[in-house]
Amino acid sequence: MTRKKVTIDGNEATAYVAYHVNEVCAIYPITPSSPMGEWADEWAAKGIPNIWGTVPKVVEMQSEGGASAALHGALQGGALATTFTAAQGLLLMIPSMYKIAGELSPATIHVSARTVATHALSIFGDHSDVMAVRQTGWALLASNCVQEAQDFALIAQAATLESRVPFLHFFDGFRTSHEVAKIEQLTLDDMRAMIPEELIRAHRARAMTPDKPVLRGTAQNPDVFFQAREACNPYYLACPTIVQNVMDRFAKLVGRQYHLFDYLGAPDADRVIVLMGSGAEVAHELVEYMTARGEKIGIVKVRLFRPFSTEAFLKALPPTTKAIAVLDRTKEPGAIGEPLYQDVVTALVEGLNSGVAPFEKMPRVIGGRYGLSSKEFTPAMVKAVFDELAAERPKNHFTIGINDDVTHTSLPYDPDFSTEDPQAFRGLFFGLGADGTVSANKNSIKIIGEETDNYAQGYFVYDSKKAGAVTISHLRFGPNPIHSSYLITKANFVACHQFSFLERFDVLEAAMPGATFLLNSYYGPEEVWDHLPRTVQRHIIEKKLRFYVIDAYKVAAETDMGSRINTIMQTCFFAISGILPRDEAIQKIKEAIEKTWGKRGEAIVKKNFAAVDAALAHLHEVKVPDRITSTFDIRPPVPPEAPEFVQRTLAPIIAGKGDTVPVSAFPPDGTFPTATSQWEKRNIALEIPVWDEQLCIQCGKCVLVCPHATIRAKVYDAKWLESAPPTFKHAPARWREFKDMKYTLQVAPEDCTGCALCVEACPVKSKTEVKHKALNMAPQPPLREQERVNWEFFLKIPDMDRRLLSPAQVKDNQLFRPLFEFSGACAGCGETPYIKLLTQLFGDRLVIGNATGCSSIYGGNLPTTPYCVDHNGRGPTWNNSLFEDTAEFALGLRLAINQQTEYARWLVRQLSHIIGDELAAALLEADQSTEKGIYEQRERVALLRQKLEGVETREARDLRALADSLVRKSVWGIGGDGWAYDIGYGGLDHVLASGEKVNLLVLDTEVYSNTGGQMSKATPLGAVAKFAFGGKPQPKKDLAMMAMTYGNVYVARVAFGFNDMQTVKALLEAEAYEGPSIVIAYCHCIAHGYDLVHGLDQQKAAVQSGYWPLFRYNPALLKEGKNPLQLDSKAPTLPLEKYIYNETRYSMLRHSNPEAAKRLLEAAQEAVLRRWKQYEYLAAMPVAAPESVAAGNPGGKEGE
Amino acid sequence: MDLTTTYLGLHLKNPVVISASPLSEEIDNIRRMEDAGAAAVVLHSLFEEQLTLESQELDRRLSETTGVFAEALSYFPDMTTYNLGPEGYLEHIRKAKAAVSIPVIASLNAVSSGAWIRFAKSIEEAGADALELNIFTLQTDPTVTSGQIEDAYCELVRQVAGTVRIPVSVKLTPYFTAMANMARRLQQAGARGLVLFNRLYQPDFDLEALEVKHTLQLSTPYESLLRLHWVAILYGRVNVDLAVTGGFHGGTDVIKAMMAGAKVAQVASAVLKNGIPHVGRILEEMRTWMQEHEYESVRQMQGSMSQRSVANPNAFLRANYMKVLSSYSLRA
Repeated sequence: MTRKKVTIDGNEATAYVAYHVNEVCAIYPITPSSPMGEWADEWAAKGIPNIWGTVPKVVEMQSEGGASAALHGALQGGALATTFTAAQGLLLMIPSMYKIAGELSPATIHVSARTVATHALSIFGDHSDVMAVRQTGWALLASNCVQEAQDFALIAQAATLESRVPFLHFFDGFRTSHEVAKIEQLTLDDMRAMIPEELIRAHRARAMTPDKPVLRGTAQNPDVFFQAREACNPYYLACPTIVQNVMDRFAKLVGRQYHLFDYLGAPDADRVIVLMGSGAEVAHELVEYMTARGEKIGIVKVRLFRPFSTEAFLKALPPTTKAIAVLDRTKEPGAIGEPLYQDVVTALVEGLNSGVAPFEKMPRVIGGRYGLSSKEFTPAMVKAVFDELAAERPKNHFTIGINDDVTHTSLPYDPDFSTEDPQAFRGLFFGLGADGTVSANKNSIKIIGEETDNYAQGYFVYDSKKAGAVTISHLRFGPNPIHSSYLITKANFVACHQFSFLERFDVLEAAMPGATFLLNSYYGPEEVWDHLPRTVQRHIIEKKLRFYVIDAYKVAAETDMGSRINTIMQTCFFAISGILPRDEAIQKIKEAIEKTWGKRGEAIVKKNFAAVDAALAHLHEVKVPDRITSTFDIRPPVPPEAPEFVQRTLAPIIAGKGDTVPVSAFPPDGTFPTATSQWEKRNIALEIPVWDEQLCIQCGKCVLVCPHATIRAKVYDAKWLESAPPTFKHAPARWREFKDMKYTLQVAPEDCTGCALCVEACPVKSKTEVKHKALNMAPQPPLREQERVNWEFFLKIPDMDRRLLSPAQVKDNQLFRPLFEFSGACAGCGETPYIKLLTQLFGDRLVIGNATGCSSIYGGNLPTTPYCVDHNGRGPTWNNSLFEDTAEFALGLRLAINQQTEYARWLVRQLSHIIGDELAAALLEADQSTEKGIYEQRERVALLRQKLEGVETREARDLRALADSLVRKSVWGIGGDGWAYDIGYGGLDHVLASGEKVNLLVLDTEVYSNTGGQMSKATPLGAVAKFAFGGKPQPKKDLAMMAMTYGNVYVARVAFGFNDMQTVKALLEAEAYEGPSIVIAYCHCIAHGYDLVHGLDQQKAAVQSGYWPLFRYNPALLKEGKNPLQLDSKAPTLPLEKYIYNETRYSMLRHSNPEAAKRLLEAAQEAVLRRWKQYEYLAAMPVAAPESVAAGNPGGKEGE
Repeated sequence: MDLTTTYLGLHLKNPVVISASPLSEEIDNIRRMEDAGAAAVVLHSLFEEQLTLESQELDRRLSETTGVFAEALSYFPDMTTYNLGPEGYLEHIRKAKAAVSIPVIASLNAVSSGAWIRFAKSIEEAGADALELNIFTLQTDPTVTSGQIEDAYCELVRQVAGTVRIPVSVKLTPYFTAMANMARRLQQAGARGLVLFNRLYQPDFDLEALEVKHTLQLSTPYESLLRLHWVAILYGRVNVDLAVTGGFHGGTDVIKAMMAGAKVAQVASAVLKNGIPHVGRILEEMRTWMQEHEYESVRQMQGSMSQRSVANPNAFLRANYMKVLSSYSLRA
């Protein structure tokens, strides 16, 4: 039988099988497994049946804990069920996993193995998650590449049904889950053939049903639990044989033979490496290369890690084995060795003891760690391990791939050593996220993979910044199977789709001699040379590169493609790489365009065709001069004045050389300095705002809305202007109380993302030409140097004394220095203005616990982070605990602060004889409700320290250490709607009920933004989201209303784009309220699907339509006899459709399913109006005074 | 009493036709129009430019958010279809035809000549009884002459009329310098009917926000005068069916249109304002008037007050102030 060849990634390959052989998928998004659930959801929404003809039910849960519980229930109900997860998600499933295994319920779950967060979060791949569940009683089956991910998904499903041991099938996150490769696709008949129907019937027969009642989940006592637990042993003993039998059946059917342990290498090898996952593919490549050169080496690929078959393992080893290295892609601090190492040692010892080992003498065994968090693992590193095995005293418990200069665990390796296939094509493509490079490359792989006999592989490296994100595509094609599960460092084709990258990264470092270089260049073939940095010129000359340029932006503009240069660059790639005949390639590109974009409308196909046709006419080969002429080079990643830590640790990461940073450069506990984003100048804005100081009314709105704190205002003494740079702008300050001072609005030209929200927010228009505002966008390059100097000068001007300003007034509080700057958030982000405002209001006393999500990524992803400090060195302190626990984490922070404050106050009382009664009393009774109050308390604390100087009692020492806790701290838990409405809701609710002074800020984008727009319970009725393919049929949860029911929680709903004053008021009141508070903030988001320059307009429309009513519920008002609920917006004046149909998340349903859209719109409109009435009613309710009950008539007798 | 008329070769039970408006986007509304007595319905327009813009907008949003971040390879599910071609409109024609027995006239506004022809063919295949070409290009290029614009109109009509078998009418703007000549040229190009006149989008200013406001005001009966004027002039001068649209709100407005020489009066604003049953009231008012004035049929009155049928043809030719002066002089 011939099977279809498809070019897909590991997630899709796995989901394809999992979907077809299950009835229920209980899912929850987590990187890098989310796409598996998304595929299942999409197929189910499209009505695609499984192999038995029914459409699987896909249900999104509130957390992985929920998903695993639903899985448990579905299995007990007799369904074939699965889930997809990774990392912390898998850990949340552990309790259910014990139950499922304990009940011998057959199931297979699929894990794209990912690093568990420790000192830091990482979304990338290693085995720390799967190794954390190896004790649960689940079988662990590892696949190493995309083909195996598909095959093992089926093998696991067949084996679990037969063995009744539940299976966890895993593959490496990103390296396999996201690698696109050409594989042979299993047919539905293959799946049917592999899964005997009698086993399914047996599973169903075990289901809970009142027709044949049983009881599971008993509670057992010391007398019997132990014995009962041992009863499952026969199943585990039988399991490995069952798996091997299934693998043999699979081989017969499909032709690919797998074993529990697959040996590859010389039959008489003396050195063997044992490992699993994608690293085994790399080792495979190295072993083939070295054995062909006579080396006596081999590898054992571990397939079935649990249950571990000692017998099968020993059988796999050559009898000649003298030395074994076991490589673990995980770390267990404190253990004798990592899990696979320990198992191998145990297996060898047991095998020798029982005489089943193929050799008589115990081989030398060493263990090592590699590849944590998708750290590159290359043939050079595998070779280094083999070399180490050959050493007389090989290092045990080593690491490979890093430079451990602290505990010296690392092995040296030769980075230039390469086993790359000389017949293979290797291309590197540097693009911008927004220019479509990745999409085009995925198309190219499909074209080459599916239209030629070549094997194909694609892997994509993304940026950790969202604005101006860089992507690097690694593409391999060739006549031989590709085992290269590592990045390309020896490329024969390099394309740079953005000219500005040449100045930022060494894009040609990986180019091999004679390689081809394609550059998207504004400069033509005659003039481009002198615009290249010296390093680039040197590479081109020394490596004798063939050099081509195309002005892709010009072609894109002429063909109505905007900034999408992908098909243009793709056409050039095919034209000069020669992988396919030129005409055939163009034909295939057009077919791919039609297939990929056809359903988006004819206009899209046409313009892409036009771009393809126009591309080649603009492609030119450059005649390369023979000498370096350039007067400039790649910019240093950070300026020389950056602090030492930034220079040593962060600068190489910025330059793309993070792999070279040694262990000693890192804090051992994950503690990093703040205020580092200022050193990373990314220069990503094409245009920046320019201030018209004559027109400006100095309202501060632009400063408030700026997502990246790149436009700022200061009021200052005129004397500062004496040393101002010549182009520094200023105007007389328009404040009554500062009328003799100057005002400047300054842009940080190298940090601005060019989102233009500030221009949108500007309320002033010129009287002679209304399009001219007090802020206007202008091209950045000509302004860059001048404004850089101005910005530096601006920063030197001191901030206004906070005591002189009114925090409640936007005009005033926008003179407060933001202590959150230059984050990696999307251009135009709707979340960051709230965080920035929070830091302006309370930044110097702010403690943040942050849920995982967008705000933790732009808040804490290396290389540089945005929380920063004021001129006193004070600023927010920040930590991301987990996704689900932020409210509780913040509560813990609060309790710690409270205890320290209490102790400090006790010490003040104890030491009042030293401090002085007056100061002690002032410290204890200080009113810290204002900036002035806090300022004065800080002065008292300074005085206190002076008084305590030299006093060497325990109390005095303690008070000196804790004195700062006498100053009020502002504790905030921050997170998105995924946290607040779903996974963290239980904890959030508990903290609101605690009565403690914890503030919670919910950045509500109405979807899981960070993981790609999956539905949350905050997703509105009628909106399309992932997992809500047909538009969400249920209304958004009214979290505010739920919080209000406590009565003693401060609750506000805000939208700064509609009313910034109300947002400010809400944050101030929340902080002032002596109890828990929650502020739910409307955040426009890229996941809503419109140009975010209209974010403020959409916020207005959301409020005007009544969709997002603004209000504040302040329980403190009850004491004044007032209704605590105050509505801050008016009754709906805008039909809901005028708001929602500006957004793709709604409009795409109107296109795809107009009838459903209409029905949902009507329901949504009705819900909006009804809810408004509810709020109105609540806000108008008279406040019942407590005495009214006593004064009432308990008998209830009427008419008296 | 005989209210019947013919328009574009279609036999209509009366001269009240619903003109293109958002109301016809709902099949239910079209049914109710028939129930209220409307003789035919012109569907809302198929706008090629809108399809293109929607395509581009969707494509932009889906593309710019795809393949950008490691954790979010995309933000939206991939739908089976987005209906961004004319299919939705064609399906609407089919549904309308199945729902009502009155003629269904499609309306088309395209940009490229290829699309005009392709869409016109599809519309015919979908079962429309006639096609109204809603030609609207606002030429702002000062180098383009009126002659070039007129030529383009005629060429377009020639191509479409030469492609489809169903009758084609053209909805015109009132801004032709040589309206009568233009009417004749369109007739020669193959138009079977002219609809006078398109109500053009007129931007307003928001003085607080200093922004251009997008407004679409409902028509007022005053606007009907311009239409009456031109129908009266063109009647008998060109051999096409004339239709009026814009400001015809009541039964007497329709009667005036008939007397000027129109075959039908298209109504929209009055129905948008007063609801679909208003069609019945228009017809009732017509009947009452005709009864009171002893008219037997609509045909009888059609053209009875056209320029060539009135006592003083000059009444249609003088400008306003001339008339005023002459009135003064008469009194004197």
